[in-house]
Amino acid sequence: MSGDCILTIDHLTMRFGGIVAVHDLSFDAERRKITALIGPNGAGKTTVFNCITGFYKPTSGTMRLTHDDRRDIQLERLNDFRISKQAKVARTFQNIRLFPGMTALENLMVAQHNALMRASGLTFLGLIGAPSWRTAEKRAIDQATLWLDRIGLIDRADDAAGNLPYGDQRRLEIARAMCTEPALLCLDEPAAGLNARESAALSELLLSIRADHGVSILLIEHDMSVVMEISDHVVVMDYGVKIAEGTPQNVRDDPKVIAAYLGADEEEAIAVMESGT
Amino acid sequence: MTGVGVTAPALEATQVSRAAGVAFIFKKAVISALVALVLFSLMIGIRTEAGPAGQLIYWTRFGDLAAMVATVFGGSIVVELLRQWWGPVDTVRIVPPRVQSTLALARRAIAPVLLVFTFLVPVIFYNERYILDLGILVLTYVMLGWGLNVVVGLAGLLDLGYVAFYAVGAYSYALLATTFGLSFWVCLPLAGILAALWGVLLGFPVLRLRGDYLAIVTLAFGEIIRLVIINWQSLTGGPNGVTGIPRPTLFGIPLTPADDGLAARLGIEFSPTHRIVFLFYLILALALLTNWVTIRLRRLPIGRAWEALREDEVACRALGINTTTTKLTAFATGAMFGGFAGAFFATRQGFISPESFTFQESALVLAIVVLGGMGSQLGVALAALAMIGGFELFRGLDQYRMLVFGLAMVLLMIWRPRGLIGHRAPTVFLRHSHAISSDLVKEGHG
Repeated sequence: MSGDCILTIDHLTMRFGGIVAVHDLSFDAERRKITALIGPNGAGKTTVFNCITGFYKPTSGTMRLTHDDRRDIQLERLNDFRISKQAKVARTFQNIRLFPGMTALENLMVAQHNALMRASGLTFLGLIGAPSWRTAEKRAIDQATLWLDRIGLIDRADDAAGNLPYGDQRRLEIARAMCTEPALLCLDEPAAGLNARESAALSELLLSIRADHGVSILLIEHDMSVVMEISDHVVVMDYGVKIAEGTPQNVRDDPKVIAAYLGADEEEAIAVMESGT
Repeated sequence: MTGVGVTAPALEATQVSRAAGVAFIFKKAVISALVALVLFSLMIGIRTEAGPAGQLIYWTRFGDLAAMVATVFGGSIVVELLRQWWGPVDTVRIVPPRVQSTLALARRAIAPVLLVFTFLVPVIFYNERYILDLGILVLTYVMLGWGLNVVVGLAGLLDLGYVAFYAVGAYSYALLATTFGLSFWVCLPLAGILAALWGVLLGFPVLRLRGDYLAIVTLAFGEIIRLVIINWQSLTGGPNGVTGIPRPTLFGIPLTPADDGLAARLGIEFSPTHRIVFLFYLILALALLTNWVTIRLRRLPIGRAWEALREDEVACRALGINTTTTKLTAFATGAMFGGFAGAFFATRQGFISPESFTFQESALVLAIVVLGGMGSQLGVALAALAMIGGFELFRGLDQYRMLVFGLAMVLLMIWRPRGLIGHRAPTVFLRHSHAISSDLVKEGHG
């Protein structure tokens, strides 16, 4: 693999008591590319995400994030909120976690918290209504408006996020993650529960995010149409270990992957494949 | 949506549910009556007393028992009917849009009307000391409610020991003023800062706790402060309290009959009411300051982070929000306002003792916040008025006062389970600010 990687996972292991959720996993995510992490249910994909985004402390292994300015950050040394604040890694959740009682616009404003905190002079400048704070707030609203426009929710900006349809909530969560201005965007099953048309729109959105913002994307997805269409590189996991990796085309034809998905023995699958060709 | 939505099928559905409702109401009333029969059969049905020779004599009162059970039966039906008519879910659908818009107008007008009225209270009731004192009491609780609202309503952290900060504020002023002779206006910010410091101190150990556990630890904290005050005799005077706390001055001009007093300087006749009126406007100013700061904070990133924390803490962390400092600032801000109110309390009373800072105060302030609708400033003010003023209103009922008051609270909670003002107003909007229904707003996990 080429040298320009934004994320390098090296021998990552995550153990919960006696259960090994992720075992000795190593893979790279290239800069400004879309890397997909796929595998059957319970393969440990979300655990990997939780390690990368600081919700779990890995048992062993390293995760190195390299920013555009060649600055290296060891993710396993940072905890929870600092991963987003300092390492610029944003994520979405498998079961949407918006702030349901706040409006769509407010959700995107909360995402800009750290920048706005600085602009409001840790609240004190904001409290007296300093002009510098006012302009910063206006800029933040513009930024949020831009994203609402982009995901087609500008007309519902003032509606509670919990009132939006499911597909809109998914897109809003992605927009909220993007409002933190991340270098790496981790999406946990963004197409889950979407219909075919919404999935296609999602693929388009992700491709445009990558093109316009230079963001690298790491994606967990079950919807193969999305994975095959947009990913540049696919990593396949099963039972906590990597069983294959490569371009979508390569992975699709890999007997190990087919075996994992169909639940057959590896030898059996190879036998089937060989007899077929 | 609601106006158009009530079409033929919807009406049919209502009628069907109403038919089923009769059986339901009847069943519920019978069950309630049975429970009442079991409960009251011994309590009311049989009366026992010690006879003249020390023997037990008893007689039956089945008539009273029957009346009681019948009351419960009838009451249950009435309550169920009321619940179905004004029920929390159906209110929106049953009240016609025109009435709703009138109500909305009234709702918008209520805050300014209340504010103007409050400003005029000392003018209207100048000669009624009782009303003025009651007004000061209500405003103190409004301020405490607004302070606690930051912690409970906005950040969603259940705090049962809020009275601790009230006590810290009161004792800070009392001790600083009596020991060092500092004036009220110097002590007021100091009391706030000290209380905020205690807020942070409480915040640290409870950061990792949620829900019930958080509530218990904050409750314990409130008790610890009270016990320390009782037992640290050399500093606080123990159960005897602190006496001779200086009265506030109008920026150095005392409100006394002395020659340098305000009355003498203005050339008007001295009256003790001057001080009461001054205290009234002082607490009003402090409460309005609390309100203004809270409203401002809600629109700043810190306030939005508080509300986001209440909605979903995990998502906050994923967005790079430091949940530790966010929680601590909520505790500190709430505590600071509690400290201000405490300093005011000390200067108004002129005497403080640990008895004023029992758990009951915490519970009362929390009840005001919950009753008002968590997070709503106007709701908290209305609830403080209802709780403190209402309690005074029932004074004539003597021993039934608590009973009637409790019943009123239960009815109110049936009618409005999420508080008087249950909806949430957005902090920022692009085109229109719609109120957000309370069904969507989370209460926080503590």
